[in-house]
Amino acid sequence: MTINEIQDELIADFAFFEDWMEKYEYIIQLGKELPLIEESKKSDDLLIKGCQSRVWLLAEEKDGRIYFTADSDAIITKGLVSLMVKVLSGQLAEDIATADLYFIDKIGLKDHLSPTRANGLLAMVKQMRLFALALQAK
Amino acid sequence: MLYTKQKKVKVLTPYDIAAVRADFPLLRTTVNGKPLIYLDNGATTQKPRFVIDAIQQYYTLQNSNIHRGVHHLSQLATDAYEVTRNKLKDFIHAEHGHEIILTAGTTHSINLVSTCFGKAFVKEGDEVIISAMEHHSNIVPWQMMCEERGAKLKVVPIDDDGVLDMDAYARLLNDRVKLVSMTYVSNTLGTINPVQQIIQMAHENGSPVLLDAAQAVQHMAIDVQALDVDFLAFSGHKMYGPTGVGVLYGKEKWLNAMPPYQGGGDMIKDVTFEKTTYNDLPFKFEAGTPNIEAGICLGASIDYINQIGLDHIAEYEAELLHYALEALAEIEGIRFIGKARERSSVISFLIEGTHPYDVGVILDKLGIAVRTGHHCTQPLMDRFGIPGTVRASIAMYNTQEDIDGLVAGVKRAARMLL
Ligand SMILES: Cc1ncc(COP(=O)(O)O)c(C=O)c1O
Repeated sequence: MTINEIQDELIADFAFFEDWMEKYEYIIQLGKELPLIEESKKSDDLLIKGCQSRVWLLAEEKDGRIYFTADSDAIITKGLVSLMVKVLSGQLAEDIATADLYFIDKIGLKDHLSPTRANGLLAMVKQMRLFALALQAK
Repeated sequence: MLYTKQKKVKVLTPYDIAAVRADFPLLRTTVNGKPLIYLDNGATTQKPRFVIDAIQQYYTLQNSNIHRGVHHLSQLATDAYEVTRNKLKDFIHAEHGHEIILTAGTTHSINLVSTCFGKAFVKEGDEVIISAMEHHSNIVPWQMMCEERGAKLKVVPIDDDGVLDMDAYARLLNDRVKLVSMTYVSNTLGTINPVQQIIQMAHENGSPVLLDAAQAVQHMAIDVQALDVDFLAFSGHKMYGPTGVGVLYGKEKWLNAMPPYQGGGDMIKDVTFEKTTYNDLPFKFEAGTPNIEAGICLGASIDYINQIGLDHIAEYEAELLHYALEALAEIEGIRFIGKARERSSVISFLIEGTHPYDVGVILDKLGIAVRTGHHCTQPLMDRFGIPGTVRASIAMYNTQEDIDGLVAGVKRAARMLL
């Protein structure tokens, strides 16, 4: 699936939620289900330091596509991280670099990407794009 | 017309919490469809109508630059600005009005002392003492100054309850110690430090003391002469006043012995290209056009606090704090960070198995404003080995219902997150 197809699917999924509680319970569930990076591998190289919560991001390249694994110490951040990974992982570098991530706004979670949140999520998205740009430049 | 001629706020005896709340318009707002429960007062307080009106009146009736013009408006604004200085002098019981330097806030005040006191008195090999519970703004300025001057920063440790180790403090005092700078009340732990004893011990050692009173002035009466403290720093916005103004109190003898901080207008007597002579106190430390409206309207917030009475406020808040600590203690898995017996206004906690950020996000959804994270006290978080805390901090307008709402919110967050 393309980045936009995945985004549209997520938007459709989130449309089922009646209120913020259900939405957050789902995100928390996502966060709990995905032990994304092993503790022993969480080196400082992978760490993206937010002021509020920390995010670890690992990127691997195969045939022009980038595969992301990521993690966070806060469960809501982790749930959001896993949404980002769903959308961007396994995509072509050029698509990642130019992707318009409109789903976050559409599912009502834009606040979490604001720099004042300092939860590491925005920095992670930037880092994902940087990986893609670096790969393209090769 | 000056704001001081406004109708006075009503005198409240005993504490009329409903009337106090009614004075703060923003407390009636809703967040995410829920009535706001504002418990982030350690970060900044809401403003009473009395102060908001004063700001509007300043711009509609008085706006002009101060200490410069001979014209009518400039005189009005200058007088009002100086009235605030005088109110501040009375508020903290300083001996002289010129010992009150109006700054941009606590951070500015501390940087002023670290820079100017440093230049005048600190040499290579000297030492400055702070504590393990300081806000970054009472750590970094001293680090910068010590680095520049080849001095050493010494840190008084705390115990697991968040109480200063006074024996360790005694051991750190020696003739190299040029200054002691400590917080009066910890913004993360709520601990009230034994400032009288801290000052006395420092003075016996010949070292002056700066107190960071950012979390103290709005909660308890302070008498700088009785304390015999050398410097006191605090911010207007945490005491129901405007943002962008704060205070540095300094004993005359120290302020006179320190060089100016910034150069510019107002701080000079005579300027030639060969030499400038500096103005007298307090203007020597007040270069440039200050935040005039904030300075003037800080006077209104002091009036407001005085009319209600700091003693009444302190008594009410102590009861509410006690109520909050007992109510929160009922929550399963709660861990308080900071358990000093002498404490004020601030409660930091964690819920076992949850991250403070997650708790904060859910509380926000419920219309409850708390602070999460390290609260600008990263070394303190490292001391406890935690990423941060959830911090609820109370002010004169908070109620038992606010606390009940917080407790219910935290329980709900825990149910969702665990
Ligand atoms: C204890 C303490 N010191 C200093 C500060 C800094 O105050 P300001 O940001 O108003 O300069 C604060 C406020 O966050 C504080 O709580």
